[in-house]
Amino acid sequence: MISLISNAIVPFLILVIIIYGIVKKINIYDVFVDGAKECIDLSLNLFPSMLAMIFGINIFLKSGFVSFFFDKLCNFFPFLNFPVEILSMMVLRSISGSSSLAILTNIFENYGPDSLTGVLGSILQGSTDTTFYVLTIYFGTVGIKKIRYAMAVGVIADVICIIISIILVNLII
Amino acid sequence: MVNKIWGFLIIIGIFYSFITGNLEVVNTEILNSTKTTLDMILKILPVMGLWLGIMNIASKSGLIFKFSKFISPILKFLFPEIPVNHEAFSYISSNIVANMFGLGNAATPFGLKAMQAMQELNADKTQASRSMITFLVINTCGLTLIPTMIISLRMLYGSTDPTFILIPCIIVTFSSLFLALIIDRLFALKYK
Repeated sequence: MISLISNAIVPFLILVIIIYGIVKKINIYDVFVDGAKECIDLSLNLFPSMLAMIFGINIFLKSGFVSFFFDKLCNFFPFLNFPVEILSMMVLRSISGSSSLAILTNIFENYGPDSLTGVLGSILQGSTDTTFYVLTIYFGTVGIKKIRYAMAVGVIADVICIIISIILVNLII
Repeated sequence: MVNKIWGFLIIIGIFYSFITGNLEVVNTEILNSTKTTLDMILKILPVMGLWLGIMNIASKSGLIFKFSKFISPILKFLFPEIPVNHEAFSYISSNIVANMFGLGNAATPFGLKAMQAMQELNADKTQASRSMITFLVINTCGLTLIPTMIISLRMLYGSTDPTFILIPCIIVTFSSLFLALIIDRLFALKYK
């Protein structure tokens, strides 16, 4: 049932958008091409920051420090019985969207997208946003210096999201 | 913040691999990371183009605007500080709707306009107002209804059911958003 609804959402959404565009007498083809054009610029703008992040993250991950750190952590907290990648993804998700996406790619490669780890990673990536990035950009633009309790609420929200994801994944798989 | 974390990652990585004699792996990774990045961009680019095109139709035809009117009653409850019919509401709702459709790049300009509108209402220009924080809490929760990037990535790696994660994502997003908004209210009352 879930997969039936999920399968229907994307095609249905496209259908609604196309039909609405025709009803409103929009040149849907031209407008589509116009919008799609932006992907070149966006990808080029994405490249430097993504390169920086993948460079930093991969050095960090390949050094073996993360597995060392989380191995120690798992010794103290046996209930944290997750692969190292998913733990680092939980930490990195709120810092950088592209680096957690890079880790998700690794997870898919090593465990497969349909494994428990793969599904948990997908949900973590899809159900929250880069808290630090959002706060920096938005407050920075309007010149806010004192952000008061914004960071606290943002981080608590991320932790809540991680907890709910873990519970849900264990229920559905 | 990002500057410090980035430096920290590289320093710890190189230092730790040096201690454990793992320097060779890190050495190959330094060049490999450039290729990994390019591969990822090439995989993402076509999918992004497709969705930017579709969403441009939704935006030009006024569908996004229509949808944003639909959620305005909820917004009046969430942002009691903002006067009724203030322009901030239209930017906030456009931002939320763009986010829902997975249009992160369209959402950001609306979001910045919303922040400017809220800054006009703000008494102390250096300090974040309550409505600004509520707005950013909504944004950090990532209200995406269709995480297209993840679905295409799942397809790419041969998932038998790439869209399986859609409903779980929506459940997680909205339940964590709901709890986050309650926490935001509690903080707002405490910091009054």
